[in-house]
Amino acid sequence: MVRQIIKPNTMKYVLGMLIALSTFAFTNNQKIYQTKSGKVSFFSSTLIEDIAAVNNQVDSKLSNNGQMIFQLAIRGFKFENATMQEHFNENYMESDKYPKAVFKGKITNLADVNFDKDGTYKTTVAGELEIHGVTQNITATGTIDIKAGKVAAKSNFKIKLADYGIKGTLIGEKIAKELAITVDCKYD
Amino acid sequence: MTTIQKIAPLLLAIASTKMVIAQEVDLFKTVDSTKQKEYVEATFKSTHLINGHSIETTKAGLLDFRISHRFGLLNSGSYNFFGLDNATERLGLDYGITNNIGIGIGRSTFQKQMDGFVKVKLLKQSTGPKASPISITGVAAVIVKTLKDSDPALQRTTSDKTSYAYQLIIARKFSASTSIQLMPTMVHYNLLPLAKDPNDLYSLGIGARQKLSKRLSLTAEYYYQFNQFSGYYNSLALGVDIETGGHVFQLHFTNSTGLTESTFINQTSGKWENGDIHFGFNISRVFKIKKQKLSL
Repeated sequence: MVRQIIKPNTMKYVLGMLIALSTFAFTNNQKIYQTKSGKVSFFSSTLIEDIAAVNNQVDSKLSNNGQMIFQLAIRGFKFENATMQEHFNENYMESDKYPKAVFKGKITNLADVNFDKDGTYKTTVAGELEIHGVTQNITATGTIDIKAGKVAAKSNFKIKLADYGIKGTLIGEKIAKELAITVDCKYD
Repeated sequence: MTTIQKIAPLLLAIASTKMVIAQEVDLFKTVDSTKQKEYVEATFKSTHLINGHSIETTKAGLLDFRISHRFGLLNSGSYNFFGLDNATERLGLDYGITNNIGIGIGRSTFQKQMDGFVKVKLLKQSTGPKASPISITGVAAVIVKTLKDSDPALQRTTSDKTSYAYQLIIARKFSASTSIQLMPTMVHYNLLPLAKDPNDLYSLGIGARQKLSKRLSLTAEYYYQFNQFSGYYNSLALGVDIETGGHVFQLHFTNSTGLTESTFINQTSGKWENGDIHFGFNISRVFKIKKQKLSL
């Protein structure tokens, strides 16, 4: 008899806990912003020549938990000069072997960004950048713009070709040893 | 059993499902490893393999100035400095209208020929979803001999001196360093050496490229003739491609003298076995005429 009394009570307790848990689950509101048409360009400047290339098909995701990822196809970089574009893929990036570049990073000052309020937030992002099969830790500064619920991310930083094992006879002559990278993504 | 005991496992299941759905997504684990469709580039370094066309067309907005040079025959002896005293040449200009359509004109020493061609990429080898294992390019060329007849009484018209070449080039880049192409070819002659000769000559070419380093490759090109004019042999050429920036230097040995399809495929009078071999080179210098537009 005693058992029969206890059991429903236990069940009520368990039920209450489950309800509490599920309520807790609903309060977790992770937001993920994504785009498949982000823009990454790079610029090489030497005394001999300036070279620019742009990739308009960058796949990027950004979460309000501070995580960011960027993925792009190396062959997606367009140059003004088609011959240069071919050399870039064939002789420098070895795009058959290493078709992609990937960045995985976290906003280190997430507390300064309010995804629910319009504004331009200065951010620092730290993470791993993989180019040409080599992964390096990098830190870059940029901005996150929030306007009417739309998120945009921008950044400028520099990378050294040697850090990623990118070799070629013209590096240091027509091609700068260090490239300036510009990231410009507008998320849906 | 009470009702509550019965439904408790169900509730537990529902609640735990909610937990799973609501768990934070780790973006780093969503990195897409599936490959996108990508077209294979640079199956060959240049638009010409050695004597004939490769699968490649001149890229949009680029002008390729080509000097194709063949010295005399190696077996002509030391008096002719093993052929280096003599030379025939074709000067050509190739232009890329789009990345898939190229045109070109040329002038050859051999028979004082003028030629023009249109080259169109019909299919491009790709990787990823819906990939194509091969590339196909079509070439149509017209070749006009302008050399004066030895006997003016023959009164040959320009039409008599014209021939046409149609090629389908089927290629595959097997790896970053190895590419092979097949070239089924038909050459039509308006005027024939002998009345019994066929107007249409069919042949199948095979060409290959093996890279030795990023800028150095070995090349080979052979045309097998299914029907032919008598006294002519199949064309074979072996060479080396050297690339430096905007230039491609091609050095080679071949038994062919002419530099247009109707002459090197069907009118090669030299034989490798006899030492009827020409040393030759092609120089390709690419100029950027129109920039590709970038939305930086």
